[in-house]
Amino acid sequence: MITVDSLTVRYGRFTAVDDVSFTARSGRVTGFLGPNGAGKSTTMRVMVGLTRPTTGSASISGHPFADLPNPGLEVGVLLDASAQHAGRTGREILTIAQRTMGLPAARVEQMLQRVSLTSSEADRRVRNYSLGMRQRLGIATALIGDPEVLILDEPANGLDPAGIRWMRDLLREYADQGGTVLLSSHLLHEIEVVADDLVVIGNGRIVAQGTKAELLEAAGTVVRTHDPVALGRALQAAGLDVTMSDDGVLRTDGAAARVGEVALAAGIALTELKSADGAGLEEMFLELTAESQREGAAA
Amino acid sequence: MSTATLERETVASSPRTTPRPIPMTRIVGVELRKMFDTRSGFWLMTSVGIAAVLATVATLLFAPRDELSYGSFAGAIGVPMTIILPMIAVLAVTSEWSQRSGLTTFTLVPHRGRVITAKLLGTLLVGVTSIAVAFAVGALGNVVGSAIAGVDTSWDISLGNAATIFLADALGMLMGFTLGVLIRNSPGAIVGYFVYALVLPAIFEALSAYQDWFHDLRGWIDFNFASSALYDGGLSATEWAHVAVSGTFWLLIPLLVGLRLVLRSEVK
Repeated sequence: MITVDSLTVRYGRFTAVDDVSFTARSGRVTGFLGPNGAGKSTTMRVMVGLTRPTTGSASISGHPFADLPNPGLEVGVLLDASAQHAGRTGREILTIAQRTMGLPAARVEQMLQRVSLTSSEADRRVRNYSLGMRQRLGIATALIGDPEVLILDEPANGLDPAGIRWMRDLLREYADQGGTVLLSSHLLHEIEVVADDLVVIGNGRIVAQGTKAELLEAAGTVVRTHDPVALGRALQAAGLDVTMSDDGVLRTDGAAARVGEVALAAGIALTELKSADGAGLEEMFLELTAESQREGAAA
Repeated sequence: MSTATLERETVASSPRTTPRPIPMTRIVGVELRKMFDTRSGFWLMTSVGIAAVLATVATLLFAPRDELSYGSFAGAIGVPMTIILPMIAVLAVTSEWSQRSGLTTFTLVPHRGRVITAKLLGTLLVGVTSIAVAFAVGALGNVVGSAIAGVDTSWDISLGNAATIFLADALGMLMGFTLGVLIRNSPGAIVGYFVYALVLPAIFEALSAYQDWFHDLRGWIDFNFASSALYDGGLSATEWAHVAVSGTFWLLIPLLVGLRLVLRSEVK
């Protein structure tokens, strides 16, 4: 479990992180979502003790990170896949982590296999790695101590589609086994597929947080029927906002359950009823972060 | 999509024991390894041996036969050492920032003081070993050289002088280390060291030649000058005081400032 409590980080007069509080629970993947420069990386650096908070605190399973006797065995961290010594081989970088944590040497080979880096790739120097290979190496460094908590900053950057799928499955499996996974991204689609909980940050402030289900619900419902006009009227009569697209698909801000009740009461058969997830959440994301985005003025 | 909204059952993981703290010996071991495991690091280390052999051979070839002594060998080997050893110290520190590997290093060991101490110990270990190797190569050269030249083997370096040479080289390494923690950037710290070791002495030398007051005070102000006496050995009490006083300003205070910066600064 990761707990962030009223965290504020100021650089001079600039506030990078502004009173941020959230909890990443065990057994769940928590997505940390926000546009570039929103304060995600700064928050993560505070979690692992690389940046001092101005006020507030962050803790891992109830302890400040610096109090962990051998942090690599408890928290797997990947903050920047490019932050590796370019002159070391991939295998050497893993060996350094393995030795620091005091793990058996065989773990290095296991991890290379786990992240699908071949033996010849592992013997190459990191300056010759693609970003995707660096990400895999970074993931291997994070996983080598078999930690219960993972903190990953933009881990999908530079991975190809198959790599992204692999990463997603890996994180899902980790959380299903009881681990805590916190991953950040500025891409909504990347996160919504895998995350159970979402924390959305913009301009250093948390603008929304909750389970993905809750946030999806807030994003509204898409409903289809053979008689969209009648259903539209019924929903409006029930006090819900409704919009109808050209092909007769209704979108409403009401929850799916409420829409179903209204349709039942009106005696209208539905052909499809679902939360507006993808599109809805994206709109919410853009909306929530509009003020803090560079394109904010145009949006 | 619908499955994602279901609460997942969490599988209870096996009970974990609290890990034991990372021992200092392990951190020193890892930091030592990190000095050798890149191409530049490897060659820098190897160059210690290569330079010692080259300097010995050069002395054998070019030094006048009647001047062959342990001192001439040790002196020839000492020159490249005073350049290479501080570079090793500089890079041990600065690469964490310049290569950004500190992001991993300082999260695996979240006490920067321990990491920096380990780097210092590792650097000194390398220094002591290198100087010992240099002395050994020099001794070999002296024996071989005097045999070839047909002169008596002359051991003109006392144990006390050997100790002060050790100290001088260690201070040079510490100077590199200090610039490393102070500047935390490889090219910057290396340039800084050459300014300190090559440019400043020339300026002080000129100042000393034209300004009498500086000539008298030089030992108290110029750490380079004061510590160069260590290579010759047999320091007077005043000369020791020179090393201590100028060392406080050039080495100790900057080192403390640098350490404070390292402990407090943000690692990005």
